[in-house]
Amino acid sequence: MNPLTAQQLIDLAYLIAVALFILALRWLSSPASARHGVLAGEIGAALAVLATLCNYEIVDYKWITVALVVGAVVGVPLGLVHMTAVPQRTALSHAFGALAAAMIGIAEYYVRLPHVAKFEMVEISLEVIIGSLTFTGSLIAAGKLQEILPQRPITYKGQNFVSLSVLAAAVLLALWLVFHPEHSRLFPVMVGIALIFGVMLVTPIGGADMPTVISLLNSYAGLSAALLGFVLNNKALVVAGALDGSSGFILSVIMCKAMNRSFTNVMFGAFGQVQVSAHAEKEERTVRSASAEEAAAILGNANSVVIVPGYGMAVAQAQHKVRELYDTLTKKGVDVKFGIHPVAGRMPGHMNVLLAEADIPYDKLADMDTINPEFPQTDVALVIGANDVTNPAAKTDQGSPIYGMPILEVDKARTVMVIKRSMSPGFAGIDNPLYYLDRTLMLFGDAKAFVGDIVRELAGGH
Amino acid sequence: MTSDLISNLWVFVLAAFIGFEVIKRVSPLLHTPLMSLTNALDAIVVVAAIIICGRHKSTLSTVLGAIAVAASFSNMVGGFVITDRMLRMFKTTRTKKS
Repeated sequence: MNPLTAQQLIDLAYLIAVALFILALRWLSSPASARHGVLAGEIGAALAVLATLCNYEIVDYKWITVALVVGAVVGVPLGLVHMTAVPQRTALSHAFGALAAAMIGIAEYYVRLPHVAKFEMVEISLEVIIGSLTFTGSLIAAGKLQEILPQRPITYKGQNFVSLSVLAAAVLLALWLVFHPEHSRLFPVMVGIALIFGVMLVTPIGGADMPTVISLLNSYAGLSAALLGFVLNNKALVVAGALDGSSGFILSVIMCKAMNRSFTNVMFGAFGQVQVSAHAEKEERTVRSASAEEAAAILGNANSVVIVPGYGMAVAQAQHKVRELYDTLTKKGVDVKFGIHPVAGRMPGHMNVLLAEADIPYDKLADMDTINPEFPQTDVALVIGANDVTNPAAKTDQGSPIYGMPILEVDKARTVMVIKRSMSPGFAGIDNPLYYLDRTLMLFGDAKAFVGDIVRELAGGH
Repeated sequence: MTSDLISNLWVFVLAAFIGFEVIKRVSPLLHTPLMSLTNALDAIVVVAAIIICGRHKSTLSTVLGAIAVAASFSNMVGGFVITDRMLRMFKTTRTKKS
């Protein structure tokens, strides 16, 4: 047997890299081993890049070096963003990933001209269309999350028809190119249409659906990388793309379930939402409110407290005050846990990161299925900046727009406290019957200031 | 050529199954780091970009390749940096006390 050729050695390096990637994801199963996962991923990636630089096809390193330096210069600051900005950073990185995949697909097309086999052209067109629409779609998502673009869904009559026609036009052009790849003038037109479709895909989707959209775009970005692997016959790309794609897909399914929505509803349902305003039964219902002093007294005497944080807590930058509250209560012997809804925050798992950043131990962070059976034995459920995910109407009121959505059953706790600025309905404009329960105390004020007041009261009043 | 397609399909389907099985087991606590890590791993497309950029078939392919190298390498670097930053923050009650 002949010794391995250089190309075979490179392939072997890719195989090791891919195996390390799978291990990296495997180690994410627990926070204790997760950092090994990052190391494994880094070693795998470094190995693959170094092996590639030895490829005999490369004749000029100048531009590669320049581009790698630019990539590092852009990448490092993007790795150092604030934890509240992680969702938009993630959307932006989906855009970059898709951009890279699209660019390579486009370059391959022009290199292979004029003779491109039919099935190659199918792969290239599909890859470039998905890459391009993911690129612009992710940019729009990032813009919405960064609040450069309006968060509310932008819709017009006949939108779905127009959007689908645009997609159909791109697919028809792709089909034409499969049979006539030499008509290279049509290729940029196809790319342009796919780019426009990406914009049309995400603009009608509202801010509340962003966790699903980000996950879905993640899946598309993975798919475009896998398809690129098909185009270039590179199995490392196929595997990495398949892993990324399945991860995004699983997360989108979890997000959809957590909001009781279907994919089609998230993607095409925006204009059905207008009549949400609901038949307002404006009977004057009374709420009970309490001061920080009263709240502190109840919390101090409780045995068990479950804190339910929502994105409002992060907006108010209250997580560090919440940590102080956690410390104070824990010192008094109160059992404090956090109940986290899957769509708390702006991307899957975002709330956990925000709380971990505030130094709250992760074994105190409980997901919905774990914490729900515990509410009936809980003395106080403290809701901070969350609304719809605690709304009992989701279980009882068939007319409610969120009927069927799984919620954190805080209404089962012995006492419920809700920190809220005012009685105005939340983001989705849905009234919350939780606020009118006898066992509910409304704590009106800014989340950060109010939690701070409670901590002070607890510290002062032994 | 079509045999390549078939063998790639094999790899894709098997990798997707592994992906489903492994990612199902990822703790919901870590779904945000999961997304940033898979993003960094997905940036392996940089290897394809490097070849496109460096083999110098045409000016167009070199330029497109260079853009792709920069875009994907920034994902790779940024993705690993932020994933590690996030994971470092996750501590248990035990590690906190000691």
